Amino acid sequence: MRLRSTLTVSFRALRRNVLRSLLTALGIIVGVGAVIAMVSIGNGAKSVVEAQIASLGENVLLVFSGSFNQGGARSGAFGAGTLTVEDAEAIKREVTTIIGVSPEVRTSAQILANGLNWSTQILGEGADYLTIRVWPLSDGVMFSEADVRSVGKVCVIGQTIATQLFPDGSAVGQILRIKAQPFKVVGILAAKGLSVQGQDQDDLVIVPYTSAMRRVSKQTMLRSISVQASSPDTMTLAQNDIVALLRQRHRTAEGSDDFTVRSQVEIAQAATATADTMTGLLGAVAGVSLIVGGIGIMNIMLVSVTERTREIGIRLAVGAHGREIQLQFLTESIVLSVLGGSIGILAGIGASELVSHLKGWPTLVSPTAVVIAFFFSAAVGMIFGYYPARKASLLDPIDALRYE
Amino acid sequence: MPAVVKLEDIHRIYDSGEVKVHAVRGVTLELHKGEFMAVMGASGSGKSTLMNTLGCLDRPTSGRYLLDGVDIAGLDRNELADLRNEKLGFVFQGFNLLSRTTALENVELPMLYGRRRISHHDMQERAEHCLAIVGLADRADHFPSQLSGGQQQRVAIARALVNNPQVLLADEPTGNLDSKTAIEVMGVFQKLNDQGITIVMVTHELDIARYCRRNLIMRDGKVVSDVQVTDRLIADTELRRLHEAEAAAKLTA
Repeated sequence: MRLRSTLTVSFRALRRNVLRSLLTALGIIVGVGAVIAMVSIGNGAKSVVEAQIASLGENVLLVFSGSFNQGGARSGAFGAGTLTVEDAEAIKREVTTIIGVSPEVRTSAQILANGLNWSTQILGEGADYLTIRVWPLSDGVMFSEADVRSVGKVCVIGQTIATQLFPDGSAVGQILRIKAQPFKVVGILAAKGLSVQGQDQDDLVIVPYTSAMRRVSKQTMLRSISVQASSPDTMTLAQNDIVALLRQRHRTAEGSDDFTVRSQVEIAQAATATADTMTGLLGAVAGVSLIVGGIGIMNIMLVSVTERTREIGIRLAVGAHGREIQLQFLTESIVLSVLGGSIGILAGIGASELVSHLKGWPTLVSPTAVVIAFFFSAAVGMIFGYYPARKASLLDPIDALRYE
Repeated sequence: MPAVVKLEDIHRIYDSGEVKVHAVRGVTLELHKGEFMAVMGASGSGKSTLMNTLGCLDRPTSGRYLLDGVDIAGLDRNELADLRNEKLGFVFQGFNLLSRTTALENVELPMLYGRRRISHHDMQERAEHCLAIVGLADRADHFPSQLSGGQQQRVAIARALVNNPQVLLADEPTGNLDSKTAIEVMGVFQKLNDQGITIVMVTHELDIARYCRRNLIMRDGKVVSDVQVTDRLIADTELRRLHEAEAAAKLTA
């Protein structure tokens, strides 16, 4: 029997009981819909994390001070100040695959301007910092290398500072005081919003690291060094070079390093691993409902085979092979599950749109998930339709014809 | 001329565990092309088992069955199905048409399962031709539920004819029909028989058997009588007589 007539017969059989077919397919619709929606939500969450990792900058390597193991007393990053300005200068001088270096110190302080005050974080950075972080200015300019060298009293402020301390208009050219020292605002950063941890990334003041160390906090050690590799391909090379250089300078060996070099990729992997786990978990739960939908199909197909025993008898009597009967019922269950799967895909996309609309969660429909869900639903139809179809094909024509 | 159907000492024993039922006990029979045979007998006489055997739906426990020269003993399930498809046509008591399927599509059904590929157009043409033979050309797109019992049975006959079978097997084809419609259906069979088609039918009605050419009577699994019908009824004549009788009844009433 040809494919076309097999399909015609299947559609006719499904049309005979539209409500029943619809209810049967509902199991698959819900299952596939849930898979698509859940994976979309999971992917959306992952894309947010990835975007924030990307906001760390381009091809960024972070050198943290602190050690994993120092004379038996162990600690992680920032555990002890071991990075010096000379380390940063050595990296800049000797590692050839990098295009930007920014030493970093951090402190917090109460700042004053216009008779208003605000407690915030003070970042001491190099002139390359905004280039490395790919962080544009909304107004003004970044302080220069000359400002860094001359321990200049200049600063770049975040949007939150601009609105809190300079509510009346442009802050560029205004003076704000950090620990009684006047700093001239030369630039205002573009808004960045909240970080993954929920911190306001716009609540900061950036000053030259030299100024931060000598004028603000009197620190002698760096907290970290941000390094920008020249391209994604040179990141590993740059990382290895930095590690080798710092080991030589700090006279440490592998296992007893008093610094850590992390690439953006490693940080991204750690952060997205959580999102991946969540997506996998949601997908697995949704997958279970797809299996339940398959059982529904099997149930209805068994009923259908019993109901149509006589029809099967007629077909066998006029010369149908068992295989052809099997194919007919298998086609029916596959048509049912594929239809359900297709509707489910649309429903899933709709549901994830709805979630992102109502809840404001970012969602991202993954084409891979759509394709997998489609073929998985077809497979569910095939697997759960097999037994009823097999049962139909093994009927004895005489018994089947006599069946009331 | 070689026999279309040749049965040699056919036995059929149903073994349902404890009790063995000996349904057919040694039937030997030859059927030649163009014959029109009625198989009669009380229920339990083995006539249905014999028909199932003839129809290749069931295998004899012992004995030899040659259909159109093919010994069915060595054939598997699928080969038997092919044999049914190519050489046999079935007409059942309960019509057994597929509901929600038009008359035309019902007639096309055996061709769908044929091993020879037939184009959709040819299929339709042949089905229409067979419907025309049974006088239902104008009912091709009707569903079984829209047809009378006699018309449904004629669709079933058209379906049985569509693959040009060697033998047409009918199991109590008039069992569910009133006497007038029964005669009409017998008329269709007679017309087909006149064109040379071999027909075997089971019936328990003596007057229906008189439309056939040969009567076989079974009892307890054996053939007890096998005679040619001498005073054969002709359906057309009988129908005309019936019409006249009806008309006369109306005149006198």
